[in-house]
Amino acid sequence: MKAENFLLKFILIAYLVVFFGYLLGPLIVMSITAFNSPAFPKMAPWECLTFEWFDVLARDQRILSGIQNSVIVGIGTVFLSVIMGLAGALVLTQIWPKLRATYYTIVIAPILIPGVVLGISTLVFWDRINIMLGFSSGSFLHNGIFLTILGQSTFIASYCMLVFIARLQRFDTGLTEAALDLGATNVQAFRKILLPFMKPAIGSAAVLAFLASFENYNTTTFTFGKFPTLTIELAQKVRYGINPSISSLAFIIIVLTVVGALVHEIYRRRQQLALANGAPVAAVTGGFQLPKFFRGNPAAVILVLMALGGFSTIWFAQVYNPTECKVDVREQKRLIQGERIKAIRQKQLEQQQQKLLKGPDVFGGSKTQPPAAAGDVPQSPGKGAFGNVFDPGNLDKTAPQATPEKPVQSPGKGAFGNVFDPKNLDKASPQGN
Amino acid sequence: MSKGVDVNLENVWIKFGDFVAVRDANVDIKGGEFFSFLGPSGCGKTTILRAVSGFLEPSDGTVRIGGKDMAGIGPNKRPTALIFQNLALFPLMKVWENITFSLEVKGVSKADRRKRADELLDMIALPDQGDKLPSELSGGQKQRVAIARALCAEPDVLLLDEPLSALDLKLRQHMRTELREIQQRVGITFIYITHDQGEALTMSDNVAVMRAGVVDQIANGHSIYNDPATPFVASFVGENNVFRGKIKSIEGEMALINTNRSGELLARIATAARGKLKVGDPAMMFIRPEACNIAADTAPAPNRLTAMVKHEEFEGQIYNVFLEGAEGKEIKMSLVNIGQHRQSAEGDNLTLEYVPDQAVVLPVGELASE
Repeated sequence: MKAENFLLKFILIAYLVVFFGYLLGPLIVMSITAFNSPAFPKMAPWECLTFEWFDVLARDQRILSGIQNSVIVGIGTVFLSVIMGLAGALVLTQIWPKLRATYYTIVIAPILIPGVVLGISTLVFWDRINIMLGFSSGSFLHNGIFLTILGQSTFIASYCMLVFIARLQRFDTGLTEAALDLGATNVQAFRKILLPFMKPAIGSAAVLAFLASFENYNTTTFTFGKFPTLTIELAQKVRYGINPSISSLAFIIIVLTVVGALVHEIYRRRQQLALANGAPVAAVTGGFQLPKFFRGNPAAVILVLMALGGFSTIWFAQVYNPTECKVDVREQKRLIQGERIKAIRQKQLEQQQQKLLKGPDVFGGSKTQPPAAAGDVPQSPGKGAFGNVFDPGNLDKTAPQATPEKPVQSPGKGAFGNVFDPKNLDKASPQGN
Repeated sequence: MSKGVDVNLENVWIKFGDFVAVRDANVDIKGGEFFSFLGPSGCGKTTILRAVSGFLEPSDGTVRIGGKDMAGIGPNKRPTALIFQNLALFPLMKVWENITFSLEVKGVSKADRRKRADELLDMIALPDQGDKLPSELSGGQKQRVAIARALCAEPDVLLLDEPLSALDLKLRQHMRTELREIQQRVGITFIYITHDQGEALTMSDNVAVMRAGVVDQIANGHSIYNDPATPFVASFVGENNVFRGKIKSIEGEMALINTNRSGELLARIATAARGKLKVGDPAMMFIRPEACNIAADTAPAPNRLTAMVKHEEFEGQIYNVFLEGAEGKEIKMSLVNIGQHRQSAEGDNLTLEYVPDQAVVLPVGELASE
């Protein structure tokens, strides 16, 4: 019985580890790469702790303007989607019961339609409208931000509507009637009764809309025009190779999200506790108590924490200088390279000797190679997909290799690591000799 | 003294699709009157109230308030204020804001509103509670806030939709007197909806009893109870023993009924049925449990019947005695508790007698389902 329990527990824990590893692993790896010095984002050979990628990020104009566009589009989408979503949800409560299911299907459809289709149709539709109205091709109907906001809102409004419907279901229509009965106009009843009731839902719908807009790619990719958003910029960047500044951006976003979610959760829980017990929050939580100013004021707490975090990071970044470490690493690499070059030369020498000895027997010669190649093994894990392209040590390497038989091969080095490295060719296929 | 205005319903029909919620209602409510609509749930009384307050338009007929036709006038333009069944206090507003909502929408300044709220809070005996939220009040307090909120709008007619149904018995009885007092103080017309006959009878000047969309009887509480117009009213308001039979003879106001199971019994013909009943007509006769008594004289008479006691219940102010007459006819009798310990008569055969004037005869009709 006990052993079984233990086994169950073990399986459960293992499952949780795998599950969370699967969920959070990539985020953690990405966050770590933001602080590692290699120019290609990688975690495995930890070289030097560095903050330079945040620097690079802060100086990257395209990313910055992308963020700016994303924020503008996000705000526009929030406004449009919240208003459309609220209107849609209200209509659902007012419409004849017979039409309700049909209406619901129609307004929820945009969520089910692929974003790509929405993007294309937005583009085509407004282009037609533009032509119909006889505007020039540069009119606001072709403006990237205008189109992106409209395109994203088509489906984000549906998300918002779902949030509002959930809240509206708990609304007592008697309250509106009571307001009307007390002499309020319909507008007053809406503004003073329904809107305050919907406030929390409006808040969550706005956050949802903003996040959905910020991370949207497939609709935006058709509509952004001259105003690429952050996701578009990132995608374009990745196409030409990336550096860890993108990791650092991801890290910032992750931190903001986690902090935001935590603060919200803490605030919500404390409220619930206080409500459930009808007691002051401090009495409920017990133990540690915050100073008076912070009590029931999470904003102040966050501000202080953020300021502390910010100051300590800046201080550390200024005090800590990774240059030394980098020089060390470079030196180390150079040494390794040097050894490698030596080994290659040795190999070539041996090969020539063997050629001299055995003549045209190619296969026999190949069999003697492995021991010589073994010298290269410790270096290989350090090579990512891009190899050591950016490593200055590589520069040294090309020079001596240019002299022997295959100078033509060296330009082949690039995105695919050292696959085309003449040295590798030596290793893999000595037949070439 | 009365500031209240008349409310008249003339041939009002209210239909929802094929369903007729109110059928040809004619009700005249005098200004300053406490008027109740009494009926089981689903009888259309709330529908009538909504037609008066303006939340729905009658399919046919006219609603007049103060002599003025209310057709096409929305609820926010009518001189009525409605107290909802669930009170519908605004949960996000403080008590004083709730009370003065009608002033807020008129654009009255905050200071004036606060002042008015404090006056009304004093009136409903909730001083210094203005800054609480409705959720922090007890049921009775919420009730009073709802009344204050409605009164703050200074309506000519106050409509109350079963406002006491959510309260416990003691509070309900207390609020009855309080409501009546408030009504007399402000002098406006109160229209009260309830399924509780006790509320209707204690508070109202006049009561309209409704059955399935039809107004069966409009009268004061006394008449409703003692002189019902239909078998439905007789069986719905208070308890009644029903005897079915045929009229054997009529003599002035009195009729002798040949009942199916309990022999010949004498009863008064209800006012509403006078001249409508002939000898030989099938009829229903009603005797209130409290009109029955144990007869000292056991000789047969047209106001006596014999039955066996099945069991007794002690209810406090009365003993309920359940009897079984001839052929299993169930009869209920209520005896007033006069302080002496009553010897249980279970299993005994008793002779009951009643004052014939307290029993009524009506034409056969629908009974209230128990």
